[in-house]
Amino acid sequence: MSTSEASTMAAGGHVAGRREDRRSGRSSARSDERAANARRLALRFAALSYLLALLGAPVAMIFYRTFEHGLTPVWNAVTQPNAMHAFWLSIELVAIVVPLNTVFGIGMALWIERGRSRGRALLGLLLDVPFAISPVVVGLALLLVYGRAGWLGDWLTSNGIQVIFSIPGMVLATAFVSLPFVARETIPVLHELGTDAEQAAATLGASAWQTFGKVTLPAIRWGVVYGVVLTTARALGEFGAVSIVSGRLEGQTQTLPLYVQDRFENFDTTGAYAAAVVLALLAFATLLGMNLLAKRTKRDTVV
Amino acid sequence: MSTAAAQLPFGALRRSRAGSALGKGVLGAYLSVLVLLPISALLANAGKGGLSTFWQEVSSPEAVAALKLTLIVSAIVVAINAVTGTLIAWVLVRDEFPGKRALNAMIDLPFALPTVVAGVVLLALYGKGGPTGIDVTFTRAAVGLALLFVTLPFVVRSVQPVLLELDRASEEAAGSLGAGSTTVFRRIVLPALTPAILSGVALSFARAVGEFGSVVLISGNLPFKTEVGSVYIFNQVENDNVSAAAAVSVVLLLCALVVLGGMTWLANARSKHVN
Repeated sequence: MSTSEASTMAAGGHVAGRREDRRSGRSSARSDERAANARRLALRFAALSYLLALLGAPVAMIFYRTFEHGLTPVWNAVTQPNAMHAFWLSIELVAIVVPLNTVFGIGMALWIERGRSRGRALLGLLLDVPFAISPVVVGLALLLVYGRAGWLGDWLTSNGIQVIFSIPGMVLATAFVSLPFVARETIPVLHELGTDAEQAAATLGASAWQTFGKVTLPAIRWGVVYGVVLTTARALGEFGAVSIVSGRLEGQTQTLPLYVQDRFENFDTTGAYAAAVVLALLAFATLLGMNLLAKRTKRDTVV
Repeated sequence: MSTAAAQLPFGALRRSRAGSALGKGVLGAYLSVLVLLPISALLANAGKGGLSTFWQEVSSPEAVAALKLTLIVSAIVVAINAVTGTLIAWVLVRDEFPGKRALNAMIDLPFALPTVVAGVVLLALYGKGGPTGIDVTFTRAAVGLALLFVTLPFVVRSVQPVLLELDRASEEAAGSLGAGSTTVFRRIVLPALTPAILSGVALSFARAVGEFGSVVLISGNLPFKTEVGSVYIFNQVENDNVSAAAAVSVVLLLCALVVLGGMTWLANARSKHVN
């Protein structure tokens, strides 16, 4: 703060103070309170309007548009073979990717927090890459390794392994974009936990696995579960990377988000909205889970 | 850790070291297959023809237009986020009203909602035939709207915890010394929040620069008009023009990393300065 500004601020304070002396104290306090109240309401109104325009109204609108002709058309749209296939394919990807990234996420968190080797800095950097990289670029990068013209293309073809335009490529794409969540949520919990209990267990003769299973894992479990929820949401909704790697073959490699795009671009808004609402409901379930868990972790750390 | 290891029986120590080496090997293999190898292939492909080829790919008129649009819209979006994100965090921390907790939970919706659904949702209200009479379809405003939607939580969620921890005694002291509420905010609250705002802005920017799913339906992807960098890359891949896609990818990645690194550095410097 510059001195001139400080002195004007002080002077303003003096003037206000003198004025207050002249008026009756109570009415001035009341008008101050009224001004503060008006300000608070104005800020609240501004924040709520912004959220309503950007978030609330559009989401409400899609639910209204989806259900305005009743449940039957929605049910018919959702139970179409291609929609069902897309839904189950998305679930399948989640079922493969989430356990993988949970195990490796815990492993990375342990390596970064408990390890001693020099790989830790590089590992930390790797965990930031999926946040800084466009999903489309992820798809392209995978294509450059596992595609027909990619680095491993010849070897994969001669061994009869198809990665791109099939499930393995979609698993890789989904795993890449959802890689950091479990590790990112577990690292601070591990840090907070410290190593005292683990050292005590080791001194008492517990093996590394016993120490991990009986001491470390129970302490970090809610952090891990929170990371799992975020991984699931990200894996379920992944679009750009999977779009490039899958080839978007209807009824074959089309996930639910890809199905939404396909229906929308073919002017089948009923189908697009119905599938979008299914995904939105899953997103709401994720939010609910996140909030329950946030309370849980707070309780755990407080006690 | 080392003292504990010294006290371990010799056999157990050797076994745990072997176990940890095995774990690191498997983890390293996973990360190589998933991240390191693909990123290396991307960099190698972008640099394959040397600097002049790279420059040629990046400076093609369509690529330049796409990159320019991406960077300009992202900059506008994060500037808006810095203001609205701080405002929303303020209201969520300092105000009390019914439904506040539900609202707080809703802030994360853009993180949980698949990006393509975000695009469809915005089009349902602000697209053709929407009830508002506004139609942003295939305009640059639509790109901005989609990016505002998907980056909404970043600034809010980084400012909120700092605001919760902020000691209100100094604000009250300044107020009782006659400082108006604007002065208190500008002189006391804002400096304390700046590092958090900056790191939220950095994350928003990194996300905005690479965003694809929410933009692809709403923007119409018109070259030179509404085509952003990620969509340009997608189209080049679809047209088998992989080297152009790789070159522009590297530029996008560098932009995101530079802003992410720079802002984080700035935020750390600011928070040290405040402390």
